[in-house]
Amino acid sequence: MADNVPQLDSSAGALKVAAAIGRFASAGALKAAAEAVRDEGYRHWDAHSPYPIHGIERSMGIRPTVLPWLVFGAGLTGAAVAILLQWWTNAVDYPFLISGKPLFSLPANIPVAFELVILFSALAAFAGALLLSRLPQFHHPVFASEEFRRATCDGFFISIEASDPEFDEVKTTGLLEALGAESVELCRLPAAAPRLPRAFYTAAALAVCLALLPPLGVAWYRAAPKRQPRIHPLHDMAFQPKYKAQAASDLFADGRAMRPPVAGTVARGELDEDPRRATGKDEAGNYVTSIPLAPGAAIDKAMILRGKDRFRIYCAPCHGLAGGMPEGAAGEDAEKWQGMVSIRAARRAAGGEGTWTPPRVLTSAYVQDQPDGKLFETISRGVVNQEVRTMPGYAVQIPREDRWAIVLYLRALGRSQNASAGEVPPPVREASVSEEP
Amino acid sequence: MTSPAIAISDNTSSDPRQRAPLITCAPDCALITETVCRVVEREKTPLAWYAAFAVSSSFTVVMFLAIGYLFLRGVGVWGNNIPVAWAWDIVNFVFWVGIGHAGTLISAILFLFRQNWRTSINRFAEAMTIFAVMCAGIFPAVHIGRVWVVYWLAPYPNQMQMWPNFRSPLLWDVFAVSTYATVSLLFWYLGMIPDLATLRDRAASRWRKLAYGLFALGWRGSARQWHRYERAYLLLAALATPLVLSVHSVVSFDFAVSQVPGWHTTIFPPYFVAGAIFSGFAMVVTLMVPARAFFGLKELVTIRHLDNMNKVILATSCIVGYAYATEFFIAWYSGSQYELFAFLNRARGPYYWAYWTMVVCNVVVPQVLWLKKCRTTPWIMVIVAILVNVGMWFERFVIIVTSLSRDFLPSSWGHYAPTRIDVAMLLGSFGLFFTLFLLFCRYLPMVAMAEVKAAVSHHPGSDHRH
Repeated sequence: MADNVPQLDSSAGALKVAAAIGRFASAGALKAAAEAVRDEGYRHWDAHSPYPIHGIERSMGIRPTVLPWLVFGAGLTGAAVAILLQWWTNAVDYPFLISGKPLFSLPANIPVAFELVILFSALAAFAGALLLSRLPQFHHPVFASEEFRRATCDGFFISIEASDPEFDEVKTTGLLEALGAESVELCRLPAAAPRLPRAFYTAAALAVCLALLPPLGVAWYRAAPKRQPRIHPLHDMAFQPKYKAQAASDLFADGRAMRPPVAGTVARGELDEDPRRATGKDEAGNYVTSIPLAPGAAIDKAMILRGKDRFRIYCAPCHGLAGGMPEGAAGEDAEKWQGMVSIRAARRAAGGEGTWTPPRVLTSAYVQDQPDGKLFETISRGVVNQEVRTMPGYAVQIPREDRWAIVLYLRALGRSQNASAGEVPPPVREASVSEEP
Repeated sequence: MTSPAIAISDNTSSDPRQRAPLITCAPDCALITETVCRVVEREKTPLAWYAAFAVSSSFTVVMFLAIGYLFLRGVGVWGNNIPVAWAWDIVNFVFWVGIGHAGTLISAILFLFRQNWRTSINRFAEAMTIFAVMCAGIFPAVHIGRVWVVYWLAPYPNQMQMWPNFRSPLLWDVFAVSTYATVSLLFWYLGMIPDLATLRDRAASRWRKLAYGLFALGWRGSARQWHRYERAYLLLAALATPLVLSVHSVVSFDFAVSQVPGWHTTIFPPYFVAGAIFSGFAMVVTLMVPARAFFGLKELVTIRHLDNMNKVILATSCIVGYAYATEFFIAWYSGSQYELFAFLNRARGPYYWAYWTMVVCNVVVPQVLWLKKCRTTPWIMVIVAILVNVGMWFERFVIIVTSLSRDFLPSSWGHYAPTRIDVAMLLGSFGLFFTLFLLFCRYLPMVAMAEVKAAVSHHPGSDHRH
């Protein structure tokens, strides 16, 4: 870089004077000489020293640099960019609430704003200082001088460039000598700038072309259709070594990845000490005739009301709120006793659409004579009549204890629908009589 | 190698009537250049340098192997667990960022205070800053799990249509540390351009000339260049001063903004900054004492410089000790049982040995620096400085691991133990740091020649160079 450029290629032609330099003994001498050179009216000149000399800019007439204003502008830009970035990204484009914090609030945005002010300002100060000093500049007449190397060690120099209109080989060197320069030198450069060999350009062009090949290859591979799955260098958890539901597996004899539980497995919370409550049958396989209660439980009004509540949700849509039309009500409007599903299905069947098997009347002797365990099993598993399912099982929808509560309510329904007048408690009986007109 | 005539043998006098000389050799520009440049220009690299480089670069290789293993297997190779989700990764990060504070403090804050003694050590300390920040930057980058998407930390328009959460201190940290690394590098490089030009102009071989010339950018030491350069340097110093105070404050926000007992304290920003300066100066002393002896820089980096740095270490040690006491007082005064438990648990819980190591190394040991004898004896100060850095590493360990391992719910308590990979990465980060440092000593000017020349060339009485 600082090499004597003429030596690079001596065939470049004649040398031309590009600058005159003079070396001075001290910083003080340099300052005094600089004032004189300034007063001579030179403009393309400079003073060189190994360290900054205080006040020399005044001696040379260098105007204050605009750098601080550039840095100030960059700092303001940094602040504006930071605030706008945080406001737009977090409050406008992608607003999401986190910890109940406001989407846009200055206190949370100060740290990043502060950092960007510093970052922008520092980059501006660095780049501004270099560009205002016209750096990088690897080629300069003063580098032709061997002695000028001392400028970065202990030498104090004044350089006057030949491009200056006042420059004159004899006059300028005379001036430097008159100012007390210890040595004066003319820096010579080739008239024509040295050229790089042609092979360099060929090699550079070739290198650029070759460098384009790998990205082009990648782009082609990404764009071309492929039968095989594409290469994923990073899986990002998209492909995980695990089986998903219903997947096949060669590992097991049945070819399925999903495994049934081992025989006798009981899921958490389903272990039951009393199998009668789960099946409605005793050890011998006979239906239980009374409701098997959990330890500590009792048949009470709350259980009946729970059964009534569940009955109205799950049973009443087909069977009706009272469990169906009793025999004694023959002649009345049948729909009054039916559930909404039954009413609609019966109407459709009457019009020739579909088939409908009317639900059993739950207060009938046919139902009420069945043991409690049988009723429980019917609720749990539903009814299949001559290979036609006429009622679905409710085991998955109604918890077991609620199914027993429904059984209890069925008994209450059967009792109420088949009661004689004498069984009605007197206050209720009187109330219902008095209501009649 | 001729030894320069020593003008003054002892410049540690504290007599205020007489300004102590900055350097103990003659204030001669050529001599200063020669002293600094001969380190870089010696024909044969000393065998000891090769030995040190072999050791440090081996540890660097270990670090990168550990990182490669981490990438292949995931962060499970570390000892981190739940509840101690942050462990040595963040301990090492905070430790190295803290080390990195001395350089910018010396170059920026002491510059603004016109402490001319900084010129002998600022290059060295700034280099140390940059290498420490490089070591620090590795840990948060690799601790995120899927390291190949580390760029998600940056706010850039993406097909996910998501933006980072600017209300999180973790994102402030990304901005603070990356800004600090950038500004430190700019400051270091800008300050080095004139010295690189010196090396370029002294270069004997074509390759040296090309390499130094490229980075010297064609610097000619012209008054117009110096004018802008000095203004830019002053501006960078003014910008870096609040920056250096902000960086560790923001790092402390990572903890203080959370609600973990032992972290949620307002004292953290000043306490962290003082600790960072403390550990940074200790690291400068640790490295400077052997380097000035080995590379023949004793006349430029004098005992007085070391004395001054030791005073800073002593002062920051007292600040840190005061902060430890304040934390305990506030924990009691807050009336929060969780706060109080967190601090009692530090001193008496399963990690009590880490806590008391920290207190002894950071508060008790540096008290010897009250004695001038200890401040001016190289081997004593090196031992103190090394212990300070041990203590400061344990400080971060205590803050992070003891707080996380036992927070509010005893049922969620856990215990942390490092794995071999954790150890390899800590040792490896030291390897990387020393590798970079050895390369710096061998190939770059260790002392800011132009600044020393400027400082010694002005009359001591009217010392206002800017």
